[in-house]
Amino acid sequence: MVASSLSRLTPRKDQRLDELMGELLRTGVLLAALVVCVGGVVYLTRHAMPVTNYQVFQGEPSELRTIAGILQEALALRGRGLIQFGLLILIATPIARVAFSFFAFLYQRDWTYVVVTLMVLGLLLYSLLGRHA
Amino acid sequence: MNTVELTWLVMLGGLLAGFVGALTGLGGGVVVVPLLTLVFGVDIRYAIGAALVSVIATSSGAAAAYLREGYSNIRVGMFLEIATTVGALVGVVAALHLQVSVISVIFGLMLIYSAYASLRQSPRPTETLGPDRIASWLRMDSTYPTANGLEHYHVHGVPLGFALMFVAGVLSGLLGIGSGAVKVLAMDKAMKLPFKVSTTTSNFMIGVTAAASAGIYLSRGYIDPGLAMPVMLGVLVGSLGGARVLAGANVRVLHLVFSVVIAFLAIEMIYNGFTGRL
Repeated sequence: MVASSLSRLTPRKDQRLDELMGELLRTGVLLAALVVCVGGVVYLTRHAMPVTNYQVFQGEPSELRTIAGILQEALALRGRGLIQFGLLILIATPIARVAFSFFAFLYQRDWTYVVVTLMVLGLLLYSLLGRHA
Repeated sequence: MNTVELTWLVMLGGLLAGFVGALTGLGGGVVVVPLLTLVFGVDIRYAIGAALVSVIATSSGAAAAYLREGYSNIRVGMFLEIATTVGALVGVVAALHLQVSVISVIFGLMLIYSAYASLRQSPRPTETLGPDRIASWLRMDSTYPTANGLEHYHVHGVPLGFALMFVAGVLSGLLGIGSGAVKVLAMDKAMKLPFKVSTTTSNFMIGVTAAASAGIYLSRGYIDPGLAMPVMLGVLVGSLGGARVLAGANVRVLHLVFSVVIAFLAIEMIYNGFTGRL
C-alpha cells in the first residue's frame, strides 16, 4: 500500500507516509480513550470505597505500576486495571509512531534517520520497559 | 463528597483546562496541574502524572490533523526528539530527587514564562536565508503549504535548536508538561522555521517527549487511574472544543484574560512552594 502510493506522483514526497502516521496516532488516541472510558464506568459503578485521598502521595500499588500487573488487572476486568491499560495504550501510541518512522526511513534507505529513529526508540523503550524501582 | 462526585468535578476541571490550554496555545497539561493542586488539593506528583497522560492524548490527537495538512517537518522533529527524550529522562530523575516545593516553584516560573510567550507569539515574516551546512547534511530543508502553493524553506541553527530542545525535554520530564513554549522558541527563533511549521512540529514532538517520561512515572506510581481517567478525558474533549473556538473567532481578549488568570495561579504555586504548603 505504501509502495504503490509512493510510486504515484503525489504533490509532496512523504505525504502518504504522513497520512498513515496521522491515522496511527488518531487510532491510538481513540482506542486509549475508549478503554479508559470503559474502565472509568467499571471503576465508578463498582467503587464502594471512601473517596481516595490525593493530598498525600502514597504511590500506586505494584499491580498498577508494572505492565504485567496492569495486563493482569485489565484481564480481570477491574476498573482501575482497565483505565491503566488504556493509559498504557496511550503511552505506547507515540512510541508506535516512532517505530513506524523507523520502518519508513528504512524503506527509503535513509540511513542517517534510521539511526536517529533507532536512538529515540531505544530511549523510549528503556523508559517503558526498563526497571525503575 | 464521594468518588463519583469527585470524578465528575475533576473531569469538569479537565474540560476547562483543556479548553483554556487550547485557546491560549499553552496546552491542557500545563493548565491542569495548578488546577489540581490549588483547587483540589492534589499532591503535585499525582497531578504531574495525570497531566502527562493528557499531554500525550491532546498532542497526538492534534498531530494527526496537522500531519495531513503537511506542515510538520518529520526529519526536524525526529532529530530533535533525541534531545527531548534524553532531556525528559534527565528531568524525571531530577523530579524523583527534588523536593515537592522546589518542583512547585519551577512549575510556577515555567507557567509564567509560557503565558508571557504565548501572548507575544506572532508569525514572524519568513527570512530568506541561504542553505545551512548541518541542516543540508541532515536533509532537513523542506516545503510547506502557503496561499501561493508549496514554498521551500531552509533550516538553520541546528546545534542551538538541539540544545534548547534538551532544556525543553528536561522541563517536560520534570513538570509533566509538553513545554511547547520552549520547543517553539527553539524552532522559531533558533532554527528559523516558518511559524506554522514550528508550532505543528513542536506539537508532533510533544507526544514522544511526554511518552519518554511517562513510562518511568508509571512504574514509580505517579499515575493514579482514578485521577488520570477524568483528567485525561476532560482535557482531551476540552482541547478539541478550544481548538474549534480558536479556529472560528478572534480570541485576543479572551487569551489575555486567561493569561492573567494563569499568571495568578502560577504566583500562588510559587508562593505555596516557598511557604511549603503544597
